[in-house]
Amino acid sequence: MLNELKTLPTNYVTTPGEIHTSTGKTLRTDEMIINMGPQHPSTHGVLRLEIVVDGEIVVDVIPHIGYLHRCFEKHAEYMTNYQQVIPYADRMDYLASMNNDWAYALTIERLLKIEVPQRVEYIRVIMAELQRIASHLIAVGTFGIDMGAFTPFLWAFRDRERILDLFEMTCGARLLYNYIWIGGLSHDLPKGFVEKAKEFCTYFRPKLKEFNDLLTFNEIFIKRTANVGVLPKDVAINYACSGPVLRASGVDWDLRRDDPYGVYNKIAWEVQTGKGEMGTVGDVWDRFIVKVREMEQSVRIIEQALAGLPEGNVQAALPKRIRPDAGEMYVRTESPRGELGFYIISDGTGSPYRLKARAPAFVNLSVVPAISRGCMIADLVAIVGSVDIVLGEVDR
Amino acid sequence: MTAQEIHDSLKAKFGEAVLEAKLDAPQPWIKVDPQQLYDAAVFLRETADLAFDYCSCVSGVDYNDGKLGAVYHLFSMVHKHKIVIKAIVPKETPHVRSTADVWAGANWHEREAFDMVGIVFDGHPDLRRILTPDDYPGHPLRKDFQVPEFYNGMKVPY
Repeated sequence: MLNELKTLPTNYVTTPGEIHTSTGKTLRTDEMIINMGPQHPSTHGVLRLEIVVDGEIVVDVIPHIGYLHRCFEKHAEYMTNYQQVIPYADRMDYLASMNNDWAYALTIERLLKIEVPQRVEYIRVIMAELQRIASHLIAVGTFGIDMGAFTPFLWAFRDRERILDLFEMTCGARLLYNYIWIGGLSHDLPKGFVEKAKEFCTYFRPKLKEFNDLLTFNEIFIKRTANVGVLPKDVAINYACSGPVLRASGVDWDLRRDDPYGVYNKIAWEVQTGKGEMGTVGDVWDRFIVKVREMEQSVRIIEQALAGLPEGNVQAALPKRIRPDAGEMYVRTESPRGELGFYIISDGTGSPYRLKARAPAFVNLSVVPAISRGCMIADLVAIVGSVDIVLGEVDR
Repeated sequence: MTAQEIHDSLKAKFGEAVLEAKLDAPQPWIKVDPQQLYDAAVFLRETADLAFDYCSCVSGVDYNDGKLGAVYHLFSMVHKHKIVIKAIVPKETPHVRSTADVWAGANWHEREAFDMVGIVFDGHPDLRRILTPDDYPGHPLRKDFQVPEFYNGMKVPY
């Protein structure tokens, strides 16, 4: 029994005056450790936040991750071929599977130096943007719940359902698609997809306005989010934040435009940045509104891509066995949460020698301690919600 | 700046510490002496022409020839150029000076590289395991990693 006690982590050993956080900091007598999570509704999954509090004020936050670690990178090394990794990539960011698949497929295509047919590029853009809307809908909907607004969540899920129906129509799956393959797609769009997708776009625009009226410009919501968790521009860049988190801090940066892939450069759309309309640039409200406005832009992109969709093949000519030449490649794409990168080292065999996934939520989460020191516990919920983490991707 | 120019300015500053480079690769990389990595990082970040302020990704790699590598994918938000910096260390003494106080974004990536591949980042503010439990034996992404038969009394291979 004594031996067992000795192996307990130091922060649980309560010698008077000697309580440590897991980073080794000794607590003052008026400070206290609170664990938020791993099973806490506002952590959006299995995230544990070790919070040092002084009354209601957050002194320090130490995120503990890894509860959902599934050895994605190790699995990828042990696959017998490159295609087998795609279902695993699906499950990384399970709210944006299409974007994950695309990022992975794109990396292998660049390693193989192959071009995919134009039709594939357009379909990929359509799928990725539909997925972006679906993912952002969850992000803004659940953020509403975090702030105590339940109805917007149900509205967001109602609209997301329509997108999932489109995906189901395309590939049979509603969450994990395995649709974007190396060199193309698993199969062409079904009959009637284009009409249904157009229908969705006309349906969704007014819904977005309704959503804004209900939540975004609600005074209570603004009071709860404006000027909270301000992430300054230089800190955001230093922490390598990406996606809506970076853009909300006023950095005009989007990989779809600035490191182009797919056919985004043939489509007219605008990068949305935070302007501090309700408070300071880079506050929680800015991170929220950037996502809402991005959905609007995604609708624009989808409409143009649907209009320009060419006929053609949906699979590039590929060797039967995919064996890229020895070499390495880091490809970054804009997933709904930010810069999703795959660093793949090939040794000329049929499976990756080393695969590292640079998950945007992983990096975005690392900035949370820096922006939540000194805030109230209730604001910490707002900050974590606004950073929009998906633990499947953080832990991989 | 092109990769060649970045390489030249690093070479002018650090001379012999710039060990090797492959500038004609699709993504050019420069190998620097791990002892000098931190100084190179400060130089890359602070020099106005280079201004690498965005550390996209840090990957730990086991090259399976007795060497481990920390691969830094750097990018400049100011000049929009990128470069890959590699620091290769022997497996027995895998020590690299941490760059977490140069780029805060490297902090968790370096923890992950420590956790998965076992590169020790000296001077890191918080070098704990990040994805695996604190008491996990070994570094899973090393090529010679053996899955333990039992972990905390639980049988592992199923």
